[in-house]
Amino acid sequence: MSAPALRLAKVRKSFGRTEIIRGVDLAVAERERHAIIGPNGAGKSTLFNLISARFPLSSGRIELKGEDVTGLRPFEIRRRGLSRSFQISNIFHNLSVFDNVRCAVLWPLGYRYSFWQRLSGLADASERADAIIDAIGLTRRRGMTASLLTYAEQRALEIGITIAGGAEVILLDEPTAGMSHTETAEAVALIRRVSEGRTLVMVEHDMSVVFGLADRISVLVYGQIIATGTPAEIRQNPAVREAYLGTGFADA
Amino acid sequence: MRALFARSRLIVIAGYLAVIVLAPLVSPKGYWLSLLCQIGIATVFALSFNMLLGQTGLLSFGHAVYFGLGAFATIHLLRAMQAGSWRIPVTLLPLAGGLAGLLFGVALGYVTTRRAGTTFAMISLGIGEMVAASSLMFPAFFGGEAGVSSNRMTAPGWFGITYGSQLQMYYLIAAWAFLCILGMYALADTPLGRMANAVRDNPERAEFVGFDPQWVRYLMVVLAGFFAGVAGGLNALNYEIVTAETLSASTSGIVIMMAFVGGIGHFAGPIIGAALITVLQIAVAAVTEAWPFYFGILFTVLVLYAPGGIAGIFAEHKRLFDTGQLGPALRQYLLKLLPFSLCAAGVITLVEMAYALANTTERGSAPLHVFGVTLNAARPVGWAPPVIALVVGVLLLRLISRRLSAKSERVLTPLMERA
Repeated sequence: MSAPALRLAKVRKSFGRTEIIRGVDLAVAERERHAIIGPNGAGKSTLFNLISARFPLSSGRIELKGEDVTGLRPFEIRRRGLSRSFQISNIFHNLSVFDNVRCAVLWPLGYRYSFWQRLSGLADASERADAIIDAIGLTRRRGMTASLLTYAEQRALEIGITIAGGAEVILLDEPTAGMSHTETAEAVALIRRVSEGRTLVMVEHDMSVVFGLADRISVLVYGQIIATGTPAEIRQNPAVREAYLGTGFADA
Repeated sequence: MRALFARSRLIVIAGYLAVIVLAPLVSPKGYWLSLLCQIGIATVFALSFNMLLGQTGLLSFGHAVYFGLGAFATIHLLRAMQAGSWRIPVTLLPLAGGLAGLLFGVALGYVTTRRAGTTFAMISLGIGEMVAASSLMFPAFFGGEAGVSSNRMTAPGWFGITYGSQLQMYYLIAAWAFLCILGMYALADTPLGRMANAVRDNPERAEFVGFDPQWVRYLMVVLAGFFAGVAGGLNALNYEIVTAETLSASTSGIVIMMAFVGGIGHFAGPIIGAALITVLQIAVAAVTEAWPFYFGILFTVLVLYAPGGIAGIFAEHKRLFDTGQLGPALRQYLLKLLPFSLCAAGVITLVEMAYALANTTERGSAPLHVFGVTLNAARPVGWAPPVIALVVGVLLLRLISRRLSAKSERVLTPLMERA
């Protein structure tokens, strides 16, 4: 049995006196699709920010593929194979769609801080970026400045930037937030396709997305995981039902 | 392997090369040649500044540091050769300026690039002041008030070129400027160049695609320091004297103006700005003592109404041309030409009268000549015509703008309702 792709041990995070994450233990196996759900304010986004090193931990430990990555900077975590998306689109506004995606493939392809190679001559980077743009359905917007995209297109680009580098562990923060039914269906199909053979952790509010995609689900309530299990187990779990009382969870 | 530059780019580059090679033929006068030399140096300096502001989003108030230290390094090398028996051809000396700029970029950039935004701007200002202050504290190196001078004919170049004539000096500047421009242009199309744009737009996301934004900024400051240092080296060779002025805040300020006036959003912007500001500096200063004031007005008006600078204005009109809207736009300009001229004439007359009044030695008489008319600023009635011109001009401009927007609304509203 190999080490889990991602492991959290006794992770805690306080902002001032308020403890937002109160001792989270979580292990996500390789190639698992894991969803984190929970009521508003449970700390889901904070947990993501801790895993991706956007915020430092107050205490605890995070391991990526068995390696301790606690306290590393975001770019170091990215180089070790973890990539994340943002709930609010976090793109390069004045760059074209193509350049947005190409920036995300540069480091993994080994080009790094090179100022001795001509960017437009790097065929592999261009091809990979174009393949990603095709996968997220933005081929017709390839040359457009990212800030001019529609909301849904920016969401798609957000996912595109996240997956472009081929990271083994992908964190998606509410990938379908604000999308219409059709757009959500397309996004789910896209996520299913690109997470094939990789480890996926996602925060999502749309229960149909969660139960359709996830192999396992963790329920975060007030900064603690109250249950982890398969979708069927979670659906039956009385503590989860109580936490979601009156929110229509049972109908999902 | 594809060609280094696409064909359309090659045409532009060849055209630019032709211009800089043929430029000295325009006029045999000495000041024309020295103007061209200044433009060449300013172009490299302004482009290196825009590597930071336009490409990386770093507003530096102390870019003269790299320019000035490059200049001092070059002049000291020249002096050392004068004293010693060894020689490095002057042709290569700008490289020494570049290396000095690069080294100071390595040392100072580490401090300045820890943060972006306002913090970077403030630290660059602080370091700029620090270096400018040390130029007065260490007269042995910086030459105090007199500066450091030398003779560029100390170490001749190759093929019997001595740089004794200004024309030879011009071609040295032109060659180095051309190489530097090509280098900076190529740099924009490298992984680092693109990631600098990414860091400018969104440093956080750059971190989440694997790059350390601080390192990206640092490398850009070091490379910009190199090119600024080359410009400083050329400056030292051109004048054969370097004073504390080269690394002062006013030098840092003028390069900001050049980049902004030309346009920081386009690669060619600072080239246009460097040429324009250099020409204006000499041409306007020849006509009026109040030239810094007009510079302030030009800068303010451009930043307010055309934040993209002159290159931005060109790009906007090319877009209008492509969509077939250039005709109506030009007609608008024609309508506004008269009131705009009234405003400009009013402002210029007022400035000149105020200047004459403030600097007159004889009580009750401040004569001056504006637009071929003799005015006396000491007489209150003399102030009426420019004030009236300014007021009428502003009122007319507002009237025209209101008419035009009402008209475009009449055209647009039915269109939008149909849609």
